[in-house]
Amino acid sequence: MAAVVEQGTLTLEPLSRRRATVDRLMQAAVYAAFTLALIPLVWLIVTVISRGVGRFMIDSDGESHFNWDFLTQSMRGVYGGMPAGGILHAATGTLIITLIAAAISVPIGLLTAIYVVEYGRGPLKRAITFFVDVMTGIPSIVAGLFAYALFAVLAGPGTKTAIVGAVALAVLMIPVVVRSSEEMLRIVPNELREASLALGVPKWLTVLKIVVRTAFAGITTGVMLAIARVIGETAPLLIAVGVADSMNWDPLDGRMMTLPVYIVSEYRKGPQPCNNPDVACIADITVQRAWAAALVLILIVMALNLIARLIAKYLSPKTGR
Amino acid sequence: MSTATEERAPEQAFAGPRRDILNRGFAGLSRGAAITILVTLALVATFLVKEALPALTANPSDLADQVDWLKDEPGRSLWPVIASLVFGTVIIASLALAIAAPVSYGIALFISHYAPRRMAAGLGYVIDLLAAIPSVIYGLWGAFIFIPAILPALEWIERSFNWLPFLRGRVIATETTMVNGQEVVTQVFSVGTGRVALSAGIVLAIMILPIITAVTREVFLQTPVLHEEAALALGATRWEMIRMAVIPFGKPGMIGATMLGLGRALGETMAVFMILSPWSIPRFSVSVLEPSAHNTIAANIALKFPEANSMGVSALIAMGLALFVITLAVNMLARWIISRRSEFSGAN
Repeated sequence: MAAVVEQGTLTLEPLSRRRATVDRLMQAAVYAAFTLALIPLVWLIVTVISRGVGRFMIDSDGESHFNWDFLTQSMRGVYGGMPAGGILHAATGTLIITLIAAAISVPIGLLTAIYVVEYGRGPLKRAITFFVDVMTGIPSIVAGLFAYALFAVLAGPGTKTAIVGAVALAVLMIPVVVRSSEEMLRIVPNELREASLALGVPKWLTVLKIVVRTAFAGITTGVMLAIARVIGETAPLLIAVGVADSMNWDPLDGRMMTLPVYIVSEYRKGPQPCNNPDVACIADITVQRAWAAALVLILIVMALNLIARLIAKYLSPKTGR
Repeated sequence: MSTATEERAPEQAFAGPRRDILNRGFAGLSRGAAITILVTLALVATFLVKEALPALTANPSDLADQVDWLKDEPGRSLWPVIASLVFGTVIIASLALAIAAPVSYGIALFISHYAPRRMAAGLGYVIDLLAAIPSVIYGLWGAFIFIPAILPALEWIERSFNWLPFLRGRVIATETTMVNGQEVVTQVFSVGTGRVALSAGIVLAIMILPIITAVTREVFLQTPVLHEEAALALGATRWEMIRMAVIPFGKPGMIGATMLGLGRALGETMAVFMILSPWSIPRFSVSVLEPSAHNTIAANIALKFPEANSMGVSALIAMGLALFVITLAVNMLARWIISRRSEFSGAN
């Protein structure tokens, strides 16, 4: 209230036409802002879907009918405008790298959240809260450079393997996991902790079996959203893992393709020359691959988001707050 | 919760020294994880500095010999190149911010004060979807769909406003015509294929909308209802109520959110990388419509890194270090502004 009085706007003139008009105009502007944000969202999603199905409609002979080749082939031996080649190696790579990143960041992130909510006090707690926020803002490419530099020292310069990329993604993922887990641990009612401690259950068991278990659905949601965020990261992987055309199952050896990097590398190949009329060749096959991979990636991200929200909705305990 | 209660509790089921060890062990484990995060941040800084040092300490001619995009000429050695990239980064990020901030405030107000309460959560989720889309897909969409679509508009802006130095395209030709016996030289400008700083700025704006909206929305929702009702009771219209109660209360939050958006825009890589021409030679051009004149630190690293030799990598890491320092400063300032608000507001 004080603010309003100090500003001296306490006495408002009777509702004039000017004031009513300003009110209407601002209402229109606010509605327009929201509509404006929807335009790119709808435009982008419609484009990705309509352009993305193209590659699925071409088989290896250049005939057009629906097939799953794009999901079951890698890029091994695919060159020029060949109407073949797919994302099997990239999807596998994304899966491996994301799983390793999650395996690193979930324990660290969750334990940090537990520290902040259940144990932390004083300057260390404040420092952690602050720096986790700051860490959220690390540009993804810097995370990639860090992982590269770290492994250049540990394993020799020029090391580009899946594990390097996983470390880069973990750096990006940890603060997201901490933040969301922290929020979820905080809404666990204190009565539960007190009841457990009063029964003589040691604190560590109380935290694990009462607090974490109660918040489990929320924590899972947070982790899935964090995965959804890093699964589309491109820049750090371009730097730390590089590109590859073939399957690679070994995260410790050799380069590995990932879906987002696949999109960029197909995009950068550009249109291919088609000179021999006897060979099935499609000039813009690279562009079609890029869009199709974008479609697959967007479906994965949306699915992760959807599952996360469903878990939050149906599995979270009713806290009565 | 307190440790005193814990010690007095009857130790039956979990008695003995084992309980103590596990209790301390778990506390230590969680504390260790927390400290790991601080160590990681310190390591990020340390390793970036360590790997950047060879390039930073090498003399310009040695560096120019080993790195093909650096030359031992004024303006083309490492520091000037970093400076011009910082310039490009700041220009493009500022453009994005100038477009995104007002729209985000509008969306936040729409969700917090205009839309029906029942819809608010759903609408917030729709905006969050914009954040869920990977940046590489924004890049693809920007390069193939968005830029061709807005190219006529860019060309129109350039034609109409090229007397303004910051809306001028690149000179592609000079025509000499005779007017009344005097030679008049006119320059012909072009925005090229539309891969200019402004296009990158618009796409970045779309990408940072969600973060600014999310934080601002939270702050707007925390406006004390009493303030709002008091304003309405005084006869304020809805907009006047927002101006008198919501915005003064939320201002620090709005500033902080905007700076978070800035931090995100400064570090964004792939969209800019795919939208700007790969052969951009960054210069200190103030014109946001000049093609091939700007590049950002992040996009430049992504462009040069795959083919870089060891000295080139070191030079790129030096750039990454510059970006790290800038984004760190912006984010720390943003967080400080936001946290200051929550300390002093009586509403919480």
